[in-house]
Amino acid sequence: MEIGLSHYLVVAGALFTIGVFGIFINRKNVIVILMSIELILLAVNINLVAFAMHLGDLTGQVFALLVLTVAAAEAAIGLAILVVYFRNRGTIAVEDINVMKG
Amino acid sequence: MNVPVSPVPDFGPALPEILLAVTALALVLIGAFRGDGAKKLIDGIAITALLVAGLLLIDQSPGRVSTFNEAFVVDSFARVMKLLTLIGAIAAIVMSTRFLREAKIARFEYTILILLSTIGMMMMCSANELISLYLGVELQSLALYVIATMNRDDEKSAEAGLKYFVLGALSSGMLLYGMSLVYGFTGSVTFPAIAKVVSAPGGAGVMFGLVFIVAGLAFKMSVVPFHMWTPDVYEGAPTPVAAFVATAPKMAAVAMTVRILVDGFLPVLKDWQPIIIFVAIASMGLGAFAGIGQRNIKRLMAYSSIGNMGYALVGLAAGSIAGVEGIVIFMAIYLAMTIGVFAVILAMQIDGRRVEQITDLAGAARTNPGLAFAMAALLFSLIGIPPLAGFFAKFYVFAAAIEAKLFVLAVIGIVTSVVSAYYYLRIIKVMYFDEPAPAFQPMAIELKSLMWLSAGFVILFAIVAGPLKNVAQLAAKSLF
Repeated sequence: MEIGLSHYLVVAGALFTIGVFGIFINRKNVIVILMSIELILLAVNINLVAFAMHLGDLTGQVFALLVLTVAAAEAAIGLAILVVYFRNRGTIAVEDINVMKG
Repeated sequence: MNVPVSPVPDFGPALPEILLAVTALALVLIGAFRGDGAKKLIDGIAITALLVAGLLLIDQSPGRVSTFNEAFVVDSFARVMKLLTLIGAIAAIVMSTRFLREAKIARFEYTILILLSTIGMMMMCSANELISLYLGVELQSLALYVIATMNRDDEKSAEAGLKYFVLGALSSGMLLYGMSLVYGFTGSVTFPAIAKVVSAPGGAGVMFGLVFIVAGLAFKMSVVPFHMWTPDVYEGAPTPVAAFVATAPKMAAVAMTVRILVDGFLPVLKDWQPIIIFVAIASMGLGAFAGIGQRNIKRLMAYSSIGNMGYALVGLAAGSIAGVEGIVIFMAIYLAMTIGVFAVILAMQIDGRRVEQITDLAGAARTNPGLAFAMAALLFSLIGIPPLAGFFAKFYVFAAAIEAKLFVLAVIGIVTSVVSAYYYLRIIKVMYFDEPAPAFQPMAIELKSLMWLSAGFVILFAIVAGPLKNVAQLAAKSLF
């Protein structure tokens, strides 16, 4: 069986879905949310590279490189905010993030 | 593969952004060497740079110029929205100095992050393709996540930053997933090329991508169903940051939404119009009803801004020149009103202690008549009472909706506007008819000037209405 564009799209779609569900269903801790965000961005990268190969166009690969860079910056800032939060509250459990409501 | 060598692009159209970027880098160096003691100097340089960037924008030749391989476009629409963004950024810096000093968080990074975020917003206004748009969005959001967490020893600020980050990253992911699908199914990332492909019938993949893109954009504009972060960020973040989040990023987010949908997807107006109508109705409704029970004035302003973004989208749903013109006018007036209200919120201070409950404004008409009068004018304008500015803001977007035969949308908009009048009027009642609460300390000069500037703008709007309408018309025409 030849691996074609649709296979890559299905894998990316599955990863994206897992990422989104990881954010909403997860009740344990925020690190898992950060991992889910990375999963979403990687799914996008698979999409972009697969499309770029399929179309024979470099733009998608350039886009993927830029997404990688931004993902690194995003992870750094996310972890920094998480550390600040942990120092204040002493916990990173998702269900404890509830000082403000309404 | 044959890769063509391109000549050096024309930097001219991006001069304001380049100036701000170079200034931000220079300020990082100044801050690194001189420490937080140089905050005043850094603020001064930043405000000057923002003003100069504004002048450069005004000075740019009218008409549409694009550069960097069509990735960056400057037209009247981009220029107007960028100017509004710059005004929001300047106000955020001016408002912040005293607040940050008193809260003992006067770090020089605040100003630099505002500058960087502003560059991101200007990119969003000017982006003509998906890649530059995404980079603009991320530059803007990453800086905002950090300044929302500025008060790092405060539980609420940390929680606001964390919520903002998680939901913001999720929305960026959705935006990006949609972009990858649109790229894959159209084979291009620039908006004009996308528009050419989607005008041919068929293409479920592109529509699927478009839905994801709209979801990501909806988050950045804080409209229902992606609004949940707004009240928490407004309440938890330091007040000047909330004022910034409520003004400048909204201008840029609305500008980029208009540009994507009009420049890239106008041929399939019939496909995205129902989505925008739904989002607009839901936001107007939520903004009106959820605001009723609020006690905290910053939280109330969050629901007010959700509702207001709904009104702005009414103009977009029309998908016409008149609609975009209405959006530009609406955003300009929304900017003025929001800056004014936040100047008042920042002035709510009793003996050095900051208060933010609506009841703290009780009897302000007797203890501080000037503040109460300006606030009342701003609130009447938010309700949309003629001849104040807010009336015209809503008038133009609703008129565009009616022209486009979206009667139900316009009627629902007017009904929710009446419902939201309840909570604005309650603040006025508290200020004018309740027993006085402890008086606020004298208002700082910079807040006073911002408050009177905005109040003056909404009261005397009829004078500037003509020129503003012309500018908005020019901006709207440049898109179609």
